[in-house]
Amino acid sequence: MAGLAAAFGSGAMTNSIGEFEDADLFFVIGSNTTAQHPLIGTRIINAVERGAKLLLFDPREIQLAPFASLHLRQNFGTDVALVNGMMNIIIQEDLYDRPYVESRTEGFDELKALVSRYTPKVVEQITGVRSADLYRAAVMYAQADKAMIVYAMGITQHVTGTDNVKTLANLAMLTGHVGRHSTGVNPLRGQNNVQGACDMGGLPGVFTGYQRVNDPASVQKFEKAWETTGLNTKPGLTITGMVEAAHSGSLKALYVMGENPLLSDPDLTHAEHALGNLDFLVVQDIFLTETAALADVILPAACFAEKDGTYTNTERRVQLSRKAVEPPGQARADWEIVSELLSRLGCCGTYPDTESIMREINALTPSYAGITYRRLASGYGLQWPCPNEEHPGTVFLHRDQFTKGKGTFLPCEFRPPAEAPDEEFDLTLTTGRIYYQFHTGTMSRRIEILEREAPQPVLEINPEDAKRYGIRTNDLVEVESRRGSIRLKAEVTTRVPRKVLFTTFHFAESPVNRLTTSAFDPVSEIPELKGCAVKIRRCS
Amino acid sequence: MARIPTICPFCGCGCSMYLVVDGGRVTGVEPSPANPINKGMLCAKGWNAFEFVHSPDRLTKPLVRKNGVLTESTWDEALDLVCSRLTGIRDTHGPDALGFLCSAKCTNEENYLLMKLARSAFRTNNVDHCARL
Repeated sequence: MAGLAAAFGSGAMTNSIGEFEDADLFFVIGSNTTAQHPLIGTRIINAVERGAKLLLFDPREIQLAPFASLHLRQNFGTDVALVNGMMNIIIQEDLYDRPYVESRTEGFDELKALVSRYTPKVVEQITGVRSADLYRAAVMYAQADKAMIVYAMGITQHVTGTDNVKTLANLAMLTGHVGRHSTGVNPLRGQNNVQGACDMGGLPGVFTGYQRVNDPASVQKFEKAWETTGLNTKPGLTITGMVEAAHSGSLKALYVMGENPLLSDPDLTHAEHALGNLDFLVVQDIFLTETAALADVILPAACFAEKDGTYTNTERRVQLSRKAVEPPGQARADWEIVSELLSRLGCCGTYPDTESIMREINALTPSYAGITYRRLASGYGLQWPCPNEEHPGTVFLHRDQFTKGKGTFLPCEFRPPAEAPDEEFDLTLTTGRIYYQFHTGTMSRRIEILEREAPQPVLEINPEDAKRYGIRTNDLVEVESRRGSIRLKAEVTTRVPRKVLFTTFHFAESPVNRLTTSAFDPVSEIPELKGCAVKIRRCS
Repeated sequence: MARIPTICPFCGCGCSMYLVVDGGRVTGVEPSPANPINKGMLCAKGWNAFEFVHSPDRLTKPLVRKNGVLTESTWDEALDLVCSRLTGIRDTHGPDALGFLCSAKCTNEENYLLMKLARSAFRTNNVDHCARL
C-alpha cells in the first residue's frame, strides 16, 4: 500500500472486479488467484477463454498456469530486476506511451537511467528468465490495449515489498496502463475487510480515510468530533513494531480484536515470547484461538452472521451485511463491546446501532461521506471515493489525473532476499494459502467439507530434490530453519521448481511460521513471509 | 424460513450471499444472483461459510485469568478489569505502552470504534491490523 500511495496517491486497487471481463491482458504476479480469490480467478479464466492473454510470473506452477500465454518462473525474490528488465526493453524498443508519460507523470529520466542497467543478460543472471521470454513478456504487456496488473502478498511479503509495488506502478505508468476502464494496478486484499480496516484508520499513522494523525487540520477535526483535546500526533507502531516492543518490554498491554497473530506472525517462537512478556493481553474473538489461549481476558464476540455492519471489499466497495441470527450464549457484537468500553471510559458518543456509527464515519471521512445506510440498503454497495449522497461512487481510480496530481516514477534497484540459502540451509521455503482453507483456519477448519478436502498440511518438493534426500510422496519430513522446525507430509511435484519448497500457514499442528523470518520491508514493515532458508530430512 | 443478505466472511472478493435461517439457526447459503461481484456463484469456502457459526467451540462467556487459569466471568467484571488495567498501565508507563489490533474480519463500524478507543480514550496511535500478514 505504501508503494502505490507514493506513486499514485492512493494505495487501493485501481479497478473493479467487473472490469476483469473487458481486459485484453492480465499480468498476474505474486497471486495464486484461483486459490485465494476464487471468484476473481474465475473471471480471469473466463476472460482467457474469451481471448484475453494471461502473462503469469510465478515460481510455482499454480492453477492459472495452463491458461497462461506465457508463464515465467523467476527465481525467488527477483521481481524488481525482472520488471526493471521489461521496462528497459519497452524504452529501448520505443514501446512506451510517450504522451501519457509526458502529460501525466514525473521522474521519467531517473527511471530510464536506472532501468538501462537491467539489460536482458543481467536480468537473466538474476532472475533465471531467458532474454527471449523477457522480451516477449515486455512486448505483450506494452502492446496490450487494456492491461491489468494483478498481485497479492507474493509481491508484498518480501523485504523489498514496497520496491516491488513501486516497480509495478512504474511499469503501468510507463505504458499508460492505469486510469482507464479495465486498465490498472490491482492489489487483491486477502480478507473480507482488510480494505475497510485500513480505510477506518486501523493503521498507526492515519485516522479514517487516510487523514494523517500528524496533520494539524485533521487532528483538529477529530478532536472536535470526539469532544476532546491533546490527541497524540506521533504515528504509532505497526504490528511488527508492537511485537518488537513487547519483546523488549516497552509495550505492556495489547488489545486484540478478531486477529490471531500467534499463527499468522513470522518467527512464532519470537512472537510467542513477546506476547508472553506483556503485563496484560485482551483478546476479543469468536473462538479460543492460539492467541486467545495466552490472554488475561477473553471477550466472546458475535460472528458475521450475528450482527449488522458494513465491509469494504478489495475493489473499494462498501456493502451492508445484516444480522441473521442471535449470537451464542452471552457473546456480543464487537461494536457493542467497544461501544461500552468507550462509554465506561467517558468518551463521547452513544451508539444504539451500527448506522449511528456510520453517520459519524460519514461526517469525518470525505471518501465515505456519501456512503449511508439508506443508500446501501438497496443495490449492491458503493465504491469510494463517494464524496456526497448524490455521488454514484467510483468504479476505477486516476481517470484524468492521479489522486496526487502527477504520477511519480519511483525507480528501485534490485536487492536480494534477506535470507539466501547456504551450505547448511540449502533450500528456500515459500508459504501461501490453498483453495480449501483460509488464513489461520479458525473458521475454515471448523467446516467439515473443507477439512475433508484439505485435512493436513502438505510440503511440496520438486522430484529432483526429493530424489536427493530420498523423499517420497506421503513421507513424513522435518523442515528446519534457523528459528525452529516442523514436521509434515511431503508431496513430490513439479509444481515447485528445484530448490524451492512450498507449504501453507493454515495448520496449527505444523505451524510454518515457526520457521519464517521476521526480517521485514523497512517502509511497510511487512515481514518476508514468502521466503526463508531451510533444510529438510525424512523422518525415519 | 428467511433469507438475510450478508457478505462472505473469507477473502477480499466480498461476495454477496443470503444466509438461509430456519428456527433461529443458519441452515444454508445462497449466492446473490444479481450482484456485480459473484453473480450467483460462490467458492467452496463461501458455500459452506455458515457451518462454523453454530460450532460447539464458540466462545459464549467472558473469561478472566485467575491464578493462571482462564475462568468464566461476567461482562461487568471482565470489562471493569479491561478498563482498570489499561488505564493503570497508561498512567504508569504512558500511552505508548498500549497497543490495539483492529481486525480485517470485523466491520468498518467496529474498526472505527476500536481506533477511536485507542486514540481518544488512551491517546496512543499504536493501532494496526493484520493487513501485513
